[in-house]
Amino acid sequence: MATIVTIKEEKALEVKNFEFTYAGNDEPSIKKLTMPIAKNSITALIGPSGCGKTTLLRSFNRMHDLYPGNKYNGEILFKEKNILNKNEDLIHLRTQIGMIFQKPTAFPMSIFDNVAYGLRLQGIKNKTELQDRVEKSLQDAAIWKEVKDRLKHDANGLSGGQQQRLCIARAIAVEPEVLLFDEPTSALDPISTSGIEELVVELKERVSIIIVTHNMQQAARVSDYTGFMYLGELIELGITEEMFVTPKERLTEEYITGKFG
Amino acid sequence: MTHTRKRIITNAIVMTLSSLSAVIGMGFLFWILGILILNGVDALSWTIFTNEGAPPGYADGGLKHALIGQLYIVGVATLFGVPFGVLAGTYLSEYGQKSKLAETIRDISDIMMSAPSIVIGAFVYAVVVMPMGHFSGWAGSIALTIIMLPIILRTTDDMLHLVPSTLREAAFALGAPKYKVIIQVVYRGAKAGILTGILLGIARVAGETAPLLFTSFNDNFLNTDMNEPMASLTVTMFNYATSPYDDWQKLGWAAAFILSMFILGLNILGRLFLLKKRGK
Repeated sequence: MATIVTIKEEKALEVKNFEFTYAGNDEPSIKKLTMPIAKNSITALIGPSGCGKTTLLRSFNRMHDLYPGNKYNGEILFKEKNILNKNEDLIHLRTQIGMIFQKPTAFPMSIFDNVAYGLRLQGIKNKTELQDRVEKSLQDAAIWKEVKDRLKHDANGLSGGQQQRLCIARAIAVEPEVLLFDEPTSALDPISTSGIEELVVELKERVSIIIVTHNMQQAARVSDYTGFMYLGELIELGITEEMFVTPKERLTEEYITGKFG
Repeated sequence: MTHTRKRIITNAIVMTLSSLSAVIGMGFLFWILGILILNGVDALSWTIFTNEGAPPGYADGGLKHALIGQLYIVGVATLFGVPFGVLAGTYLSEYGQKSKLAETIRDISDIMMSAPSIVIGAFVYAVVVMPMGHFSGWAGSIALTIIMLPIILRTTDDMLHLVPSTLREAAFALGAPKYKVIIQVVYRGAKAGILTGILLGIARVAGETAPLLFTSFNDNFLNTDMNEPMASLTVTMFNYATSPYDDWQKLGWAAAFILSMFILGLNILGRLFLLKKRGK
């Protein structure tokens, strides 16, 4: 059984006996996983490649539904409702639980239209409201100063780090409650990386954040809680500062000291 | 002979042979273009664009009827072929994906692409011209549509496939429904490629003669009624070039020149779109 620390905060999400099986597999990739996610905090998911951390992350916004044949079991509670229900409104769910991907995913349109994309999807047509919210999101994503004079330019002209911040601006523009980060800095240089990290820490004031990372230092720098996963199971969930100093599980210790990876 | 020397000689032989082959290939291309320009430009004049066909012996014959007929036949084929081709390609890439049905459609479309165009002409003759009882512009357009369809379908499929799936996922993650993801994000990402496919598809059918002989046939005068036989540049060129009259043969050269420049232009335009896309 996994060692799970008691969460002081309210819970943003609660995973209960969750199992996930990819199409065509017999064995589940995530096995009977139970884990709370604290509200307005940053929870980092770490573990070796193939441990299921990204698979778990992509379950929170039901990304796996885009590909036929994947199976969920158990519960993921969000606002006291199991989001794994067959009749869950995925469009609504995804406006509340946003996602940032490993590689920047700027749409082939202008910077402004990128940020306005989610807002327009929600039916906001008013020009001044769009402008205000786009500007605010870009400011919150710490990229406003760099792009304010070229909002009409193609977003693909931005650097990788700028594109990633643009994607964050786009995700927070629709005011989600949870943001999922899937190794958001693994394609970026060190300076862009620290920029994104600072941003993530600032964002927890208003969103709950789950971040998957290969980089243990990153988990130690930004997160409040860290979950260590191995072979589809949660081994340990602890307060980050404690877990990196005094891990409770032998596997966790071996992983963070670099005995395997 | 040392090992190095042997290698240098082998390299020289292979390089000479491959360069020579390239030069021969290019030589023929430029020879064709040269003859075409030489004879075509000589035959060009304003009256070609303003006058209709004339009986042999009259000096003021033109190609207006063929140019306009060509525009009608290819234009209507494009109007049919583009939406069907793009939508079918969209189905393959975004909905069918790797399913049995989608793979079967891909295979059949590939076979269609290499089907001899004269066979397609004969097919349209049997199912459209025979029941109607006469040749018509419509029949010509239908034949060209059938030839164009698999080209546009496959390029659309391929180009949509090149759009990274993370881009789709990013749009879904913002709560976009599938049709909006396709129209607003995927199409935009593949715009240049799809446009190139369309242009190459048009270029391909614009040079077809055999299927038109069976379907739209010909008319030596201007006709804009798609229900009637209609002139086209290719069939007109065929008729004029094989005729024994000097002035008709001249018009044939002019038709060949105009047609080639049109198709060359479409090809260059298509490549420019792709270059622009890669340059980003």
